[in-house]
Amino acid sequence: MNDTIAAISTTLGIGAIAIIRVSGNQAIQIVNKIFKGKDLEKVQSHTINYGYIVENDKIIDEVLVSVMKSPKTFTKEDIVEINTHGGIAITNKVLELLLNNGCRLAEPGEFTKRAFLNGRIDLIEAEGVMDLINAKTEKARNLAINQVNGEVSKLIRNLRQKIIEILANIEVNIDYPEYEDIEQMTNEMILENIKTIEEEVKNILNKSENMKIIKEGIKTIIIGSPNVGKSSILNRLLNEDKAIVTDIAGTTRDIVEGNIKIDGIILNIIDTAGIRKTDDIVESLGVKKSLDLINEADLILYVLNNNEEILEEEKEILSKINSKNHIIIINKIDLDSKIDKSLLKDYIEISIKNDIGIDELKNKIKEMFNLEKLDNQDLTYLSSARSISILKKSLESLESVKEGVKNKMPIDMIEIDLKQMWSLLGEIIGETYTDELIDQLFSQFCLGK
Amino acid sequence: MYEIIVVGGGHAGCEASLASARKGHKTLLITGNIKNIADMPCNPSIGGSAKGIVVREIDALGGEMGRNADKSLLQIKMLNSAKGPAVRALRAQADKITYPKNMLKTLNNTPNLEIKEAIVEDLIIENNKIKGIVLENGEKINSDAVILTTGTYLKADILVGDTRTRQGPHGEKPSNHLSDKLKEYGFNIIRLKTGTPQRIEKSSIDFSKTKVELGDDRYWTFSFDNEIYYDKDKQIPCHLIYTTPITHQIIRDNLNKSSMYGGLNDIKGVGPRYCPSIEDKIVRFADKERHQLFLEPESIYYDDIYIQGFSTSMPKNIQEQMVHSLPGLEHAKINKYAYAIEYDAIDSKQLKQSLETKVVENLFTAGQINGTSGYEEAACQGLMAGINASLKLENKEPLILKRNEAYIGVLIDDLVTKGIIDPYRLLTSRAEYRLLLRHDNADIRLRDYGYKVGLVSEEKYNKFLQKKKKIEELNESLKTIKLTPKKEINDYLTSLGIPEIKDGITLYNLIKRPEIKIENLTKFIDKDYDLEILEQVEINIKYEGYISKALLEANKMVDLDNKKIPDDIDYDKIHNLASEAKQKLKTIRPTSIGQAIRISGVNPADISLIMIYIKKEYFHESK
Repeated sequence: MNDTIAAISTTLGIGAIAIIRVSGNQAIQIVNKIFKGKDLEKVQSHTINYGYIVENDKIIDEVLVSVMKSPKTFTKEDIVEINTHGGIAITNKVLELLLNNGCRLAEPGEFTKRAFLNGRIDLIEAEGVMDLINAKTEKARNLAINQVNGEVSKLIRNLRQKIIEILANIEVNIDYPEYEDIEQMTNEMILENIKTIEEEVKNILNKSENMKIIKEGIKTIIIGSPNVGKSSILNRLLNEDKAIVTDIAGTTRDIVEGNIKIDGIILNIIDTAGIRKTDDIVESLGVKKSLDLINEADLILYVLNNNEEILEEEKEILSKINSKNHIIIINKIDLDSKIDKSLLKDYIEISIKNDIGIDELKNKIKEMFNLEKLDNQDLTYLSSARSISILKKSLESLESVKEGVKNKMPIDMIEIDLKQMWSLLGEIIGETYTDELIDQLFSQFCLGK
Repeated sequence: MYEIIVVGGGHAGCEASLASARKGHKTLLITGNIKNIADMPCNPSIGGSAKGIVVREIDALGGEMGRNADKSLLQIKMLNSAKGPAVRALRAQADKITYPKNMLKTLNNTPNLEIKEAIVEDLIIENNKIKGIVLENGEKINSDAVILTTGTYLKADILVGDTRTRQGPHGEKPSNHLSDKLKEYGFNIIRLKTGTPQRIEKSSIDFSKTKVELGDDRYWTFSFDNEIYYDKDKQIPCHLIYTTPITHQIIRDNLNKSSMYGGLNDIKGVGPRYCPSIEDKIVRFADKERHQLFLEPESIYYDDIYIQGFSTSMPKNIQEQMVHSLPGLEHAKINKYAYAIEYDAIDSKQLKQSLETKVVENLFTAGQINGTSGYEEAACQGLMAGINASLKLENKEPLILKRNEAYIGVLIDDLVTKGIIDPYRLLTSRAEYRLLLRHDNADIRLRDYGYKVGLVSEEKYNKFLQKKKKIEELNESLKTIKLTPKKEINDYLTSLGIPEIKDGITLYNLIKRPEIKIENLTKFIDKDYDLEILEQVEINIKYEGYISKALLEANKMVDLDNKKIPDDIDYDKIHNLASEAKQKLKTIRPTSIGQAIRISGVNPADISLIMIYIKKEYFHESK
């Protein structure tokens, strides 16, 4: 009960801003790890702090963070609330970061439960809270089961089986050392065995990321130098598809989001409007920010001006986007061509003004994300942030196994991390039967006096 | 009139009665046969993986098994010495004559302790509280507490082939009515089964066809007293052989004659998974060409050799054929045939963590009656029951060891929380925090408790405190002693096969390297330290990362274990509890949230409901 929990408190995808709430004795510390701004561990209680949520120094979002210290909070524990700029992708990303840094995803009703257990809520409400928790936990359990589909749970079950066979072998070597004809598991054998396990886990993670794209949309950014026509391209795409534009007024934010559906594919378009503004002040800073966005995007629409020569910094960006999904758009073909097309491999020529090439652009996008195929044929993915974050943690355990082998640790130490991975995988599919290992041990090996 | 009566003189009974008498309580030990005190009816060995650590724990708490084993050694070795420190454990061959003899001597020399030969057939209970016992002849003996350590003697049946005989392991009379009485008083009785292999006349074995298994070429003791009673150069060897295709053929051809495979059709007892009979092994692992068997000496005073791995319930004539099919045993003389034994036990879920029964106040049980198997498992329960029965009479809180403190804690928590289906044996795999539960640190973990309950003398405790102080002292000084990359130092390191150092490094950090052994660095340490202190410090430094991970996990469990559930909680009053959970909670009556979580079938939603209910019902006023 003393762990720190986090959850998105606002309805996902609706509303201009989203609030992620974190509660527990590590709340301030954990948020501080991913926050760039004031040192949250030093700020006063009940203050609102401006800054950025960062991942490895990369800015994820510009946020306002409320710090409320125990006991005068809703749960009577330390609470931190992060106000993000709404949007499914960003909000989920922030939550994922919190989970990776030591938070646990809150069960439904858990904040209320803590509020009650810590004596914050009046006891008269007790019965209500109990019913609520029961109902919600049931629902959550069903939800959790549905979130992990049959195919992937089969895969994870197989992985667990592989791991438990290794574990049982190690255990039997430990508990029955006198049995000479039982194979001795060695660190090297473990390394060999975990190779395929690691591949499969990474595979599931990759597919899960792809599925995130299907469910949450393709994070698309439009970049390019000032006045190449980025906004007109955005507006042209948006108008035609009756998308909702969330432009938050009165904030300093520099990202405008819009959702477009092209034949069932959702594009979350981020126009890098702010870059232009920054560009005016410090050119190089603008380039740096574009580069950051490039790293995060699933699709980059890079716009060049037919009427201008390619600039040095444009060349730099061109080389950076090469390894990512990208489409080069040459806009303004209604004007004289001054661009050196020999520098470009593949591009689409359009004119917003004369309505040329828009369909071609859309077809190209569809072609790049042939998602229907992925969706129908392959179900080995995880869809919940919780499961994905646990799976990532299990990879960390695997890294510790390798580290231990490298440091020539004895096998029973190595086994600690392998066991950790096994129980993490169990958490994903909801299997926590503790005697499983002992059952395996006696069914796999022949022992006895 | 006694304060505490212990029924049964096996390993549990001996520890229970010693603990109670040493704590100053007038104690009576009742046994069916004084000759069988501390008897080892199965294999002639003490310790082994996990079990060896339990013996260390018993010793740290002030029990007798470790010391008594040290006095009775035929052979001793450290298991898993090539693996990490967490899984090392001592295993000894103990003399089946010397061990009981030494134990009886100790019992006889203990003040406040009397021994009586008799069979107990009933209990005296008033208002759900124990008042004493009733003997077979109707004689009543009163006491404030009773500890039942009846072993396999409740309705014991010996099974050989198609014969079932109502008797104990040595042909003694079992107790025929006590388990019926227990049932009457509200205990759920289960039937269990175990078995033991043949004993062979030593002179009839051709040892040239076997592989010799020796003890370690250095001294070991179970006890922290560190007193050596044996000569390491005169240890008695064991011998390794394998079953042959003929053995397997004989067994397959005669399978229906085995008691367990149709020889008897009224078998209800559930046998231990970890200890299958040779028939079981051949049926379940049909493609395995051979099975390993150990020939173990039972005593230097008689010539029986125990065949570890060959337990069976085949009829005697088939056993003859089986034994003679083994290499070196072609002309072996069987002194005692293998047999299976069926016996009654109680449902361990009806026990509290203190080993007091929930059914009758001041009645405690320990050992095989609780469904466990093994001398060490029995002894540690006996010790805990003895301690807790005494504490109960002294109106003190029971001593309950947590899962992160001792294998004893793991064992008892498993028994009372999960219950058992087949006889329970300790395994290192049962401990979640086995890196904390090591052979080497049993005293660090438990000596304080032993001293507090009064079973560890002032003198021994001071010796222990000294040791602890030296460990801390050495640990600190290693942080300050720094080696510089001087030629003479690097030459020395190279001579040991250790890579040269390039920068200055503290000994503390140097020890973290896998190839470095602390004993190679003693010349840089200004003071002399005992090997056990060096070892302790080395383990703590070398495995620091893993140990702190384990501590972190353990602390989570301790937090949950510290959230107590009130004794009088009424689960029927908690709405919405899942019915399976409710039923289990009502039987097991966990004392803490931590224990409740470990019950299979109780899920997180149920735990939330319990916590909220407790908050609402019990802490309303305090708000």
